[in-house]
Amino acid sequence: MKSITIEKRGKLRDFIARRKPIIEDWKHTLYLWKSTKLAMIGTVIIVIFILIAIFAPIIVPYDPISSNMSARLQPPSWDHLFGTDQFGRDIFSRVIVGSRIELWIIFLVSLISGGLGTFLGVVAGYFGKFVDEIIMRITDMFLAFPSLVLAMAFAAALGPSLTNTIIAISVVGWTVFARLARAEAMKIKKQPYIEAIRAVGAGNSRIMFLHVLPMCLSPVLVQLTLRMGTIILTAAGLGFLGLGVRPPLPEWGSMVSDGRSYLVAQWWISTFPGIAIAFVVLGFNFLGDGIRDIMDPRLRR
Amino acid sequence: MPTEVKTETLLSVENLKKYFPVKRGAFRRLLYVRAVDDVTFQVPKESVFAVVGESGSGKTTLGRTVLRLIEPTSGKIIYKNEDFTKISLKSLRIFRRKMQIISQDPYNSLHPRKLVKDIIGEGLKIHFHMSSNEILDTVKETLERVGLREEHMFRYPHEFSGGQRQRIATARAIVLKPEFLVLDEPTSALDVSVQAIILKMFKDLKSSLSLTYLFITHDLAVVDYMSDYVAVMYLGQIMEMGTKEDVFNNTAHPYTILLMNSIPVPDPRHKNKKMIPKGEIPSSINPPSGCRFHTRCPYAKEVCKKEEPKFVKISKGHFVKCHFPIIE
Amino acid sequence: MRGDLLDVRELKVVFYTYRGIIKALNGVELWMNHEERLGLIGETGCGKSVTSLSIMGLIEQPGEIISGDVYFEGKSMQKMSMEELHDMRGKKISMIFQEPVSALNPVMRIGFQVAESISRAKDIKIKEAYPEVLKMLELVGLDSKRTASLYPHELSGGMAQRAMIAMALSSNPKLLIADEPTSALDVTIQAQIMELLDELVREMGNAVILITHDMGVAAEFCDKIAVMYAGNVVERASTVDIFEEPLHPYTKGLLKAVPKIGQSKELVGITGTVPDLVNPPTGCRFHPRCPYAMNKCSQKMPPLIEAKPGHHVACYLYTQEGEHNAN
Repeated sequence: MKSITIEKRGKLRDFIARRKPIIEDWKHTLYLWKSTKLAMIGTVIIVIFILIAIFAPIIVPYDPISSNMSARLQPPSWDHLFGTDQFGRDIFSRVIVGSRIELWIIFLVSLISGGLGTFLGVVAGYFGKFVDEIIMRITDMFLAFPSLVLAMAFAAALGPSLTNTIIAISVVGWTVFARLARAEAMKIKKQPYIEAIRAVGAGNSRIMFLHVLPMCLSPVLVQLTLRMGTIILTAAGLGFLGLGVRPPLPEWGSMVSDGRSYLVAQWWISTFPGIAIAFVVLGFNFLGDGIRDIMDPRLRR
Repeated sequence: MPTEVKTETLLSVENLKKYFPVKRGAFRRLLYVRAVDDVTFQVPKESVFAVVGESGSGKTTLGRTVLRLIEPTSGKIIYKNEDFTKISLKSLRIFRRKMQIISQDPYNSLHPRKLVKDIIGEGLKIHFHMSSNEILDTVKETLERVGLREEHMFRYPHEFSGGQRQRIATARAIVLKPEFLVLDEPTSALDVSVQAIILKMFKDLKSSLSLTYLFITHDLAVVDYMSDYVAVMYLGQIMEMGTKEDVFNNTAHPYTILLMNSIPVPDPRHKNKKMIPKGEIPSSINPPSGCRFHTRCPYAKEVCKKEEPKFVKISKGHFVKCHFPIIE
Repeated sequence: MRGDLLDVRELKVVFYTYRGIIKALNGVELWMNHEERLGLIGETGCGKSVTSLSIMGLIEQPGEIISGDVYFEGKSMQKMSMEELHDMRGKKISMIFQEPVSALNPVMRIGFQVAESISRAKDIKIKEAYPEVLKMLELVGLDSKRTASLYPHELSGGMAQRAMIAMALSSNPKLLIADEPTSALDVTIQAQIMELLDELVREMGNAVILITHDMGVAAEFCDKIAVMYAGNVVERASTVDIFEEPLHPYTKGLLKAVPKIGQSKELVGITGTVPDLVNPPTGCRFHPRCPYAMNKCSQKMPPLIEAKPGHHVACYLYTQEGEHNAN
């Protein structure tokens, strides 16, 4: 009887209490965010980008995939805001729908490279010694190549497709997170509260995943936001080189590439997707810098 | 005052050594920090055994090595007739329930992102397979035992003061119903007015839960207040060991005397000039030859530089590591 | 004038932070004469260090002195120019800190740092100061030639504190502020440093403010003691009076909590916690923890009055005759 009431009250209070510090933290973050102009601009750009991606099917005026030879190579007009390409497809529609592809790439690449990198980094940092040696030497091997070249090699080997683009970028990108998570894990594992939990009798996997890992997440998340611009650029780069998403899917990089041979006379084919890339990358970079500043412990407190 | 000698030994440490490898100098020579260097002592059941020393004495390493939070280099740790150094890592985790530690820094010893109830309840989850209701009940009871309230369960560590955090750390340890606690300078980060309360709490818990303490500290006044037995450490070795009365009233080792002299007395009329140890504390990488204290000892003679004194018994239960112990 | 060297009057200092305004000092009253040794004792967050920073004129953003003043040799520090303040800090007031190794510049040799402070104190070139450097280092018991060529990280805590003392005393200041000078050191080293400080100050005749939380250190070194609690000086008297006839309930509580060798009494702590200075208690800031608290204690801060000759206390128990019987 007694324990039931405790449980009920406990659950409710547990629920509120768990969120209280998070709410407090958000309030503080909001306060710092308001005082960082660039972060605000970045956030606005990214929010618009995400909204466009979500509502793309409602916004698009034309089918972005099927060609319409009667309307090819038309300059920007009220009918075709960004003009049309050599197959008569409306560029505005393609840019809008393309945002979904870009967002999908960002999401999956972040998940895969962030997850893989964090996992390996925490394992390396927590165990140290030869486990650390092996994992870190592997990351060194990856870091020995320029990332775009490596991504190209992977994409070329796997063959151009959306899935392979995502795999290629992820495989190149995880090293950054591995190093970051490793450094963080090495720092956290020396903390007295980790020793205390070991003294209580917790095993390695419990300590590593329930106690060390959560403390490594916030720097990894900051780094992820900082890297999102790069992810888009790499995807666009691969697309431009013909190693990325295959046509007719409207990936921005391959759209820029499509317009290459028309650049002088029909400038709009390449320019509008290019501007879209620039805007989103800029947005992510502003946001990333802002978040880094906000997370800076010297600014907090 | 526990004056009667309790004979049953709970923990017995024999010739314990812990050397940490370090690489020094231009040639990265491999050297060893002799943090704990051949230490032997027995902790009687339900007593408070204090280990006192300055920085570099190895007292903190000793506390952690005894619990195998740091693996010893050599030596035996016998807990209730079982050699603790020999048991497997798996059974070590089960064993840990009985031996807990409360560490010095209350600000970093609690996981900053976990609720108090999860911090305290974690051990219950590991060892007792309780349901979440049972855990909540047990945590609540334990919190009350250390002088906190039920409502504190649903807060984060940063909402508490240093003294309260030390109570939470204590709750985390005693919730597992341990028999033996290592208290590693549990009050050195606290203000005196709070220290008094926390020390009182440890005293009360000891008698109500029949605990045995290994109390590690640098503060002789706190030792006098808390303990039954004292070991004075210097550069990894025990210099003098015995009951509190022996060490404080029949002090035999010059280091112990000078250490006591160094303590400032909170009494303005007590202003006599006193003898204090000269010089710096040597490094435990290259400890002095012979008696380790000879570089600072006012009574040092030639033999002290050359020969390491034996750890000899000068009366029942009173041991000294000195060529010329002061015996009245 | 209460003190011919230093007189701190109703000093209020606040710090503006995200959490709110920290009311760090709540009208501190403090005074001392030449060659006096004043112990400033109190626990974490009582404002000891902020008081010393105010005396040095070092309260900077986000901190602000909102009222009151510090008079040094009768001159208002609020009215001093930047140059006068700077001059005063180099020549008349010096300070030593709790963490001597981090208070020294890590990339400069000790000799240079001592020379720099001598040159500032005596208005001479750094080169000309070198002979003096060796003399000062010897005075504090260091191997002068060797130490002068070392970097701070090569010194032990005790040696670094000696070097700091050499720098601080090189100008033979009127006032030396020692902020927890031995809290980071081992007891045997602490005893050495306090003995050294005692000898040097006796010889040179400096006044000292010793900030400490250790009642023992204060008892052995100081003539006068001021007890601080949550931004107020609550009691000020000679050391003997403070230890033998403490008046303020906080001082009494503090003394009962200090463990002493050879004393078999139970220790009694002070219940409750140190108040949050963003939202301090009204009236006397100690009243929520005070066993003698009365109604008026929560309404208005009691003034620091002279309850006995030379013994000041800020507590309503002593504002009227016949209320002394609170033991």
